[in-house]
Amino acid sequence: MLAATVRVTRDLDAAEEVVQDAYVQALERWARDGVPAKPGAWLTTVARRLALNRLARAKTLATKLPLLLDAPEAEADPLPDDRLRLVFTCCHPALSREAQVALTLRLVCGVATPDVAHAFLVPEATMAARITRAKKKIARARIPYAIPAQEDLPARLDAALSVVYLLYTTGHTAPAGDALVRDELTTRALDLARMLRALLPAAREAAGLLALLLVHEARRETRTDASGRLLRLAEQDRGRWDRALIGEADALIVGALRSAPPGRYVLQAAIAALHAQAPSVAETDWPQILVLYDALLRVWPSAVVALNRAVALAEVEGPDAGLAAVDALEGLDGYRYLHSTRADFLRRLGRHAEADAAYAAALALAENIAERAFLAVELADGA
Amino acid sequence: MAQYAVFMFERVPPEELPAEVMQAHMDMPEKVTALGGRIVAGMAFEDVGTTTAIRGDELTDGPFLETKEVLGGLFIIEARDLDHALALAKLTPIVEGGVEVRPLLDFQVL
Repeated sequence: MLAATVRVTRDLDAAEEVVQDAYVQALERWARDGVPAKPGAWLTTVARRLALNRLARAKTLATKLPLLLDAPEAEADPLPDDRLRLVFTCCHPALSREAQVALTLRLVCGVATPDVAHAFLVPEATMAARITRAKKKIARARIPYAIPAQEDLPARLDAALSVVYLLYTTGHTAPAGDALVRDELTTRALDLARMLRALLPAAREAAGLLALLLVHEARRETRTDASGRLLRLAEQDRGRWDRALIGEADALIVGALRSAPPGRYVLQAAIAALHAQAPSVAETDWPQILVLYDALLRVWPSAVVALNRAVALAEVEGPDAGLAAVDALEGLDGYRYLHSTRADFLRRLGRHAEADAAYAAALALAENIAERAFLAVELADGA
Repeated sequence: MAQYAVFMFERVPPEELPAEVMQAHMDMPEKVTALGGRIVAGMAFEDVGTTTAIRGDELTDGPFLETKEVLGGLFIIEARDLDHALALAKLTPIVEGGVEVRPLLDFQVL
């Protein structure tokens, strides 16, 4: 509804006000005449009419309205395209990545500003200022409310997918605080991924991202024990993984892998799905996972991907091959998983003193309480 | 249509621009028009050393910048929205550096 109204007003603040007014009208009218057959459509129509009235007023006040809009179109279901327009507006590359995420939560998902602030562990005033600045830039720089042109779509879609991915990973392992998972973020991210997939059925990376999130979602419940302790893949109860979600992800991956070289999200989803399909860690198809990591490293040459590839390599060729691959990495000294991965390889090689030093290094970098507890136990076990 | 300033940041002073870059500057208005925009004005700055700075009542001989890139000139363009402005600004020939696009307030409307 907000998306449909924004298209008329071309102004986010005005649209939010108009939507509020529509709700007020609904409360008065519905109390008197009863709830209409299609309350959503009723509200959208009223909001749109209010927006048009507002614009007509503004037009008589100003001799020339700078953001004059197209003639109002016939009433049709405005939703899918408008939501997509709103997503692409919020994820426009002229906005900073944090502004993109905040705006998407606020305007596409309707999360209240204090809750957005809470999710990102910043003061409410900071988040409010960030959102206001971004909205101002949309209005004053005239960032269009439009689905990008065909030639711009891949790059723009990638920004939108990154925002959803970031949203999910922020919720999946909270960067700090006491809970490992922030359900409100993972749920929003999954909704958005489903929406992008539904709105852009031909975009294979949108399918890949949805599949990736579905596999993570299928395993989410088993990532911690009853006391909130982090469980490794090997310790998780595979019987409790959600087979329906994994099956849904598989179907998406098979479709996305069928043509042309797959992109980053499709490959990540394929790796996650292989883990999810294995009856146990030992029976995981590590050689196939290593092949997928090699492909992923080609389309997304990142040190973090290389670190994950080293874990697969250790399973295929042994911990010394994994350790050599990890020690060849550069620029990850501040990354806690580098140290915990090294620690694991070193322990498997019987180099316990070095393993303990590496666990201690990882512990010093971890800020999430569940992760800290996990690493502390590993360190104590080794001693 | 809305107006945008396109700032050109360059390491190379205008008088040392390669011939093909100069030619690209000459060709730019036509290309912009073909894409549905318009160049309102375009100008290059003299060397950064020619700047005189005013701060309060004090006059000094320049900003003493040791930056790698300096503002070399600007275009004022008309475009439908930011995406259109960015597409037009991408036509700007630059030797080494880049451009920045900034919306302009239209005081006639205010």
